[in-house]
Amino acid sequence: MNKKRLLFIILSIFLLTAPYLFETRYSQHVLILVLLYVTLGSAWNILGGFAGQLSVGHAAFFGIGAYSAAILASKTSLSPWLGLALGPVVALPVALIVGRICFRLRGPYFTLATIAVSEVVRLVALNWRDLTGGAVGVVIRPSVFSGTDKVPYYYVILVMAVGTVALCQWISRRKLGYFLMAVREDEETAESIGIDTTRYKLIALSLSAAITALAGAFYANYFLFVDPTVVLPLALSVEIVLIAIIGGLGTVPGPVLGAVLLKLSSEVFRNYFEQANLLIYGALLILVILFMPDGLMGGFKKFLTGDKRRVTG
Amino acid sequence: MKEKTLLELRDVTARYGDVQVLWGVSLAVREGEIATIVGANGAGKTTTLKTISSAVACASGQIIFDGEHIEKLPSHKVAARGIAHVPEGRRLFPMMTVRENLELGAISPAARRHHSDTIDEVFSLFPKLKERERQLAGTLSGGEQQMVAIGRGLMARPRLLMLDEPSLGLAPIIVREMFDIIRRLNRDGITVMLVEQNVQQSLKLADRAYVLENGRVVLEGAGRELLDDERVRAAYLGA
Repeated sequence: MNKKRLLFIILSIFLLTAPYLFETRYSQHVLILVLLYVTLGSAWNILGGFAGQLSVGHAAFFGIGAYSAAILASKTSLSPWLGLALGPVVALPVALIVGRICFRLRGPYFTLATIAVSEVVRLVALNWRDLTGGAVGVVIRPSVFSGTDKVPYYYVILVMAVGTVALCQWISRRKLGYFLMAVREDEETAESIGIDTTRYKLIALSLSAAITALAGAFYANYFLFVDPTVVLPLALSVEIVLIAIIGGLGTVPGPVLGAVLLKLSSEVFRNYFEQANLLIYGALLILVILFMPDGLMGGFKKFLTGDKRRVTG
Repeated sequence: MKEKTLLELRDVTARYGDVQVLWGVSLAVREGEIATIVGANGAGKTTTLKTISSAVACASGQIIFDGEHIEKLPSHKVAARGIAHVPEGRRLFPMMTVRENLELGAISPAARRHHSDTIDEVFSLFPKLKERERQLAGTLSGGEQQMVAIGRGLMARPRLLMLDEPSLGLAPIIVREMFDIIRRLNRDGITVMLVEQNVQQSLKLADRAYVLENGRVVLEGAGRELLDDERVRAAYLGA
């Protein structure tokens, strides 16, 4: 049996049984958190990694998804599951409008514009008190799953994470993936060989934003509380970007590795180093950046295979 | 055969911000011929090609391709009409393989339908690329990169192939090879618009030539005629 298949089977068994291997509520919570960030990092990677459009404003879509689900659940008696569907539905038109405007800008200017957009969304959430509760936020009654059992949530986010990674894998082998990479490598040339670059960037942004909003809606259902400082901070946008970059920009497993390393290590550091945890976290980031400039994925590839893609034929 | 006008520019102007670069360029390329634009650095040769392919906006004037106005179309639509622009400095996708670069040249539905035939044609034209098919484009030599760039242009099965300085930075022997290839492509029925600083070679090759100075066409005629023109000889051929 080939190694890849074996790895795949072991990983599948592990993921399916994980909540029973780790029975404490805390470790189950960490698993859920890791998978949430796998979803977020992979979704961001479609736009930032494949298409090379570095958004530092993805908290906006996360927040929109979280607020949509929370508001729906708190103001109506509809099932919070509908909130999961509502998140992407609300985020999509926002993404298309933002894309139409921000994609006129290139490189660092695009990045700055995404930061501005997410700050605007945060300020709207903070001040539109009738809808969002302002700084007080929105509290939801738990109703998706009875009690406080974390296991069902684990399986929901597992499906989201696996689905997102599978989507990335599918895109990376399709015309869409190649078009996005062409945009990343040389946008002007991509346009001149006949790629409608604006259209493909919008497709990447839409997918990325919709999944991010879906993850936000999950977050609202899981934590049962949403306010601007938890679902819309700039720090969240930055963390998503870090996960993808540290893991390996534009690769499918990159954001997965990044999420596992960064979320696990930040939890471990918090437990063992208390106040010094951010210091250790920062040092880890610097080490990866120094010694693995292509991210964990690039580093592993070089270590294991001598980087196949660079071997001349 | 060389009757029908495939591409016509009428009084085209273009600018980069406040700096006007083209001051009313008019020229025509007939179907099946090789047309060349020669001129000194900064004369507006590259800008002319970029304006045709809409990488630079056409500020005024008209660009007519196969009877239709294209001056207002975005780049990707110009490409879809059958104009392939092989840009100055090759502009490959360096982190993709030779094959991926070539395949990305076949974007339009018609080009995609024929892409496996076209790629075989490109490989028979440039056998070296077949050997390096899986190599990253960024690791090729300058001459090989130029081959990929031309190959990528051909993958679109263009009606007009625009080549911007294909000889730039290449060894003399490769330059000669490049001009042979251009002649061969033209014999196979592709209309070529060539921009070159290698004035002698390109005038020899061209059916029709335009001399550009400060964003204006100052001379035009058959390539061979211009080769004997005193003004051209004095200005560009050092004789």
